[in-house]
Formats: sequence, C-alpha cells, structure tokens
Amino acid sequence: MSGCAEVADNGAAISVTGITRDFDAGGQVLRVLHGIDLDVTAGQLTYLVGESGSGKTTLISIIAGILYPTEGCVRVFGTDIYSLSDRKLVEFRLTTIGFIFQQYNLIPTIDAASNAAVPLIAQGMDRLEATDRAHAMLERLNIGDQARKLPNQLSGGQMQRVAIARALVHEPRLVVCDEPTAALDAKSGRRVMDLLRDVAVASDRSVIIVTHDNRIFDLADRILVMEDGRITHDGTEVPTLER
Amino acid sequence: MIWIAIRMLTGDRQKFYGLVFGIAFSTLLITQQLTIFVNLINRGATAVHNIATVDVWVMDPVSRTQDVIYPMPSTALDQVRSVSGVAWAVPHLRANAAVRTPDGDLEGVTVVGIDDSTLIGLPPTMIAGTRDQLMVPNTVFVDGVGRTRLFAEDIDPIGARLELNDQRAVVRGIVDVDPSFTSQVVLYTRYSNALNYVPGTRNRLSFVLARAAPGVTPEELVRRIESQTGLKARTRTDFAQDGVDFIIENTGIPINFGITVVLGFVVGIAIVGLTFSLFIRDNIKQFGALKAIGVHNGKIRMMVAAQAGLVGLIGYGLGVLMATLFISIGGATSVDFKGFYTPWQIPLLTLVGVALIIFATGWLALRRVLKTEPAAVFR
Ligand SMILES: Nc1ncnc2c1ncn2[C@@H]1O[C@H](COP(=O)(O)OP(=O)(O)OP(=O)(O)O)[C@@H](O)[C@H]1O
Ligand SMILES: [Mg+2]
Repeated sequence: MSGCAEVADNGAAISVTGITRDFDAGGQVLRVLHGIDLDVTAGQLTYLVGESGSGKTTLISIIAGILYPTEGCVRVFGTDIYSLSDRKLVEFRLTTIGFIFQQYNLIPTIDAASNAAVPLIAQGMDRLEATDRAHAMLERLNIGDQARKLPNQLSGGQMQRVAIARALVHEPRLVVCDEPTAALDAKSGRRVMDLLRDVAVASDRSVIIVTHDNRIFDLADRILVMEDGRITHDGTEVPTLER
Repeated sequence: MIWIAIRMLTGDRQKFYGLVFGIAFSTLLITQQLTIFVNLINRGATAVHNIATVDVWVMDPVSRTQDVIYPMPSTALDQVRSVSGVAWAVPHLRANAAVRTPDGDLEGVTVVGIDDSTLIGLPPTMIAGTRDQLMVPNTVFVDGVGRTRLFAEDIDPIGARLELNDQRAVVRGIVDVDPSFTSQVVLYTRYSNALNYVPGTRNRLSFVLARAAPGVTPEELVRRIESQTGLKARTRTDFAQDGVDFIIENTGIPINFGITVVLGFVVGIAIVGLTFSLFIRDNIKQFGALKAIGVHNGKIRMMVAAQAGLVGLIGYGLGVLMATLFISIGGATSVDFKGFYTPWQIPLLTLVGVALIIFATGWLALRRVLKTEPAAVFR
C-alpha cells in the first residue's frame, strides 16, 4: 500500500520511503523498483544516473506525482502526495512541481511561447500575460528569438529548452528533469544547468536531474547511482566504474 | 485552456479539414437519405395533399387509398349531402386508362374527374393555361409528369390532341402538382368527361369529397357520415396516412430503401465517431502531458467538449447546408424531386446522432487519460 500513514515526517524536502513499483509485463509481474529509500535536502542539485532500464524515469515519475508507487511513501515538502485525491494531486503538481519529460511532449500546434506558458494558463492566468512571462523564460534559456515558432520548426535542443521553460515558468518548488541536456551542445547544456542551479540553490527548492551527461557531472551537489531498481551509490561524485 | 483546445483542433489544417469533411459528409448522407425516404413515402398520398379544401373523403367500405378504389353508385353523393354538418359535397373520380399520344405511343394514365360545376378537386396552381378552360368540352389538363412523359421537350403540349377510349381530348393546361409514388401520368378533366374517357361498369363514383360545416370537426363529420350512410369516411390527414401506410405495407421499396437509410445512418455515424476518436487518440499524449503538468480531468473534458462542439457544429452545419442545397436544386430541376422538402425532425435527428456519437467516442478515447496515472500515457 502506498501512503505515509506509518512514516513520520523527517523534515526533508523530498522524502521517499520503501518505494516499490511493479509493472505488468505480459501477464507477469515485473518489479522495477525494489524498496527505494531516499531523502533530498532543499537547496541542492541532485543527480540520478544509471544504465538504461535501471528505473530512473520510474523513480522520478513517482517523486513527481505522475506515477503511483506499488508500495511506499512519498513526501514532497511535507505533503503525503499519494494520499491526496486525484484532483488534489493534480492541483499539487500544477503549483509545486515542474516536470521535464524525456520526450518533451510539447503541443505541436501552438508556438514555443504558448507551450512554455501552459502551466500559467492552466493556473488561470490571462493568456497574453502568461505568454509574456514564458517569453522572458525562453530568453533566459537563450531561445527568445524562437518564441513564435511551432515545435516542429525547432531543433531538438531548442525543443528541449522549450520543455525546460515550461517546467520552470511557474517557479515550482520541485523541478524534476529527465535527461534535460541530452540534445544540447556543451555550451547550451551548461547554460541550462546554470539556470537549474539558480532555481535549486534557493533554500526552499529542490531539483532532481536524471542524466547521462558526464560533461555536467561537476555541477552536482549529490550524485545517486541506480542499478536494477536499487540505489547503489550515494555521494558527491560518480564512482569511476560508472564512467 | 479552451484556446489551447481550439488550437489543438485547428492547428493541423489537414486533420481539421478531414474531420470537418467527415462529419459534413456523414450529415449530408444521413439527412439526404432520410429526406428522400420520407418524401418518397409521402407520395403515396399526393392526390390527397393536392386538394387542400377537403375535410373528409368518403368512399366504398372496401376502398383503401387514393389508388385502391371500389366505385360506389352515384346515389352515394346525395346520401352524403343529406348528412347534417356537411357544408358541401362533390363527386370525385379516379381511374386508370390508356392514352394514345400524338406520336402514337400508348401510356397508362390516371384520369381524375372533377366536379363539373364547382371544379372542387382541381389542384389550385396552374403552370400553363387557366382553370376555367376545363369548362371547354373535351378538355384535359396534364400534370408535370404528363408534360415530360407524353410530349417531346420542344413540343408545346397546349392544344395537343390525345386519344382516350376512342374519345378525343385536347390539352388546355398544365397543373402544378407533386408526382405520385408511381410517377404515373395524371389527366384532370370534368367528371362528366371522365365518364366517357374511362371504360367502365355501372358504378363509377370513386369518392365523395366533403367539407364540414362551421363548428363541426372533421372527426365528428366522419362519425356522422359513417353511421348514416354505411360508407367509409376518412379525414384528410387520416386518408393521407392510409396512402403512406399502404405503400409501406405493400411494396418492397420502403423496406429495401429503409434498410439503405438505416445503413446510411449507421455508416455516417460510424464515420463521425471514428474520425473524432482518431483525432483524440492522436492527441492522447498531449492530454497526458497536460494532466501531468496539472490540468485536472474536468478541464480536459471541457477542452474535448469544446473541440467536439466546434468541429461538430461546423461539420454538421456544412452537411445540412449541402443536403438542403441538394434537395432544393433537385426539386427545381427534376420532376423526380418535385415538392421534396426536409421536415425539421430530420436535421434534428441527425444533430442528436452526430452530437451523441462525438461525445461518446470522445469520452471513450479520453478514458485512458482520465482514468490512468499520467506517466502511463507516455508508454
Ligand atoms: N509501463 C510499463 N510497463 C512495463 N514495463 C515498464 C513500464 N515502465 C517501465 N517499465 C520497465 O521498467 C524498467 C525501468 O524503466 P525506466 O523507464 O524507469 O528506465 P530508465 O532508467 O529511465 O531508462 P532510460 O535511461 O533508457 O530512460 C524497464 O525495464 C522498463 O522496461
Ligand atoms: Mg528514462
């Protein structure tokens, strides 16, 4: 059973206790996460690295409130998110969590600025004001001049930055990114990471990043390594083996 | 969010036009087929519809419709006239005959005999000639079907001679009426003339057409006539319905055509449903992403409802417009569609069908987004 009824709040920004997740793989139960325990401190940039299929996307989806764990407790800034009603959980995501999907998931028929403005529009902000703010965010990500283009007129790296702008535009306290720099050159990648650092360094916020990108490992405050559904390393550097 | 929903819908021009076209085409198919069906069936009663001033049709008890008739003795007319509540009553004859055309061809026709003194029973509008010309001896009027069937297009039928039962007849007018179910040629003439044109037995009177006196309802008059005379009497609306029912019960056409209409309805609705659910399916990841970002189910439903409403209204509107154009152009250019109209129930039925299917399929296609955890949508 998921939920935090038997887990005391330890005050961590994000607190994950005993998380498992099973998938149904052709009639067989496939356990992808094996009892993950993890606390994330506010004001830190946390990396999650590991081989493909090790369960990184599954874990951060659970942390971001878009995938129910089979068992265990997730607290985000003190809220036991999987005890919330579906509607309350959706509202919680809208105000508190920014998610950067591995496949961007932009809306192809609206321009970059409107895509980036979606969370603000969903919060009820006037569309023009929301688009203005989104535009400013795109400028910080160095693609202000692409704001009027549709996603299919953008390069992979530009689309990724639009997705990042969408995750940051409403200034959520928790930002979760699945491979945010994979499609970016070194310079753009660093720029994006600097921005994410700006967000994370604030004392009441947190950023968790899934990445393979060894060019940016030096920016992490903390690096977690996942193997086969378990966290096997927790430190400030990547163990050499992983390189 | 509604703005985003509309952009999702219209942003991809090709898909949007495809969707609108699919709905418009289906609407056209459904409305047009139903309209033709209803109008065709109604032609089983055109003779009744064509005479507006009559309240009650009186006939032999075994007569069934305008065309299934057992003649009565001529005394029936006086019997009806003697019933209290009858304002007036006139004789009316309908019978089949063969006519020889100017070219020497033989054509089966319906001869309609109209009361000599009042001309009650003659349809009100003329395409050519005037009503009083019917008083000239040996005159017949033809209907639109007769005009095209009996005469070549470049020949003026006015003044043309026809031969009926070895009697001479001169065409002196064309009557503006809707064709009958069988599209048989109809010749109008005075009752006394008709007796000569139609070979027959002693009893020739097909109907007595009666009008109710002020304060007497047609239904009441029917009761009085039936109880006093032993004849069969029907109100105008009931008798029109008898003609329609007879066609439905006794010809295979309504059944066969009816099946086509039902198929058209099902196919049309299926096309609408499929195109719309495909559209939603195409956008399922986007809806999933919106839910992951924090758009709740109610708002997603509203977005889809806006999309359904917009595309449905445009498609349906275009479809009904096309169907109306089709019917009115057809009615203006061809006798086969003459007098066709679209009863309001048909567009309404189509609207209900289209609306139900769009919302039902939209709902079904959305279920995955509404019911599951957002991350599952991206798989
Ligand atoms: N919905 C699902 N149904 C079945 N199996 C799933 C599902 N989601 C994930 N899995 C399985 O869970 C395992 C972990 O998947 P996950 O996407 O978390 O890996 P990852 O570490 O993010 O990999 P990558 O680096 O390639 O993105 C994989 O073996 C995957 O096949
Ligand atoms: Mg992944």
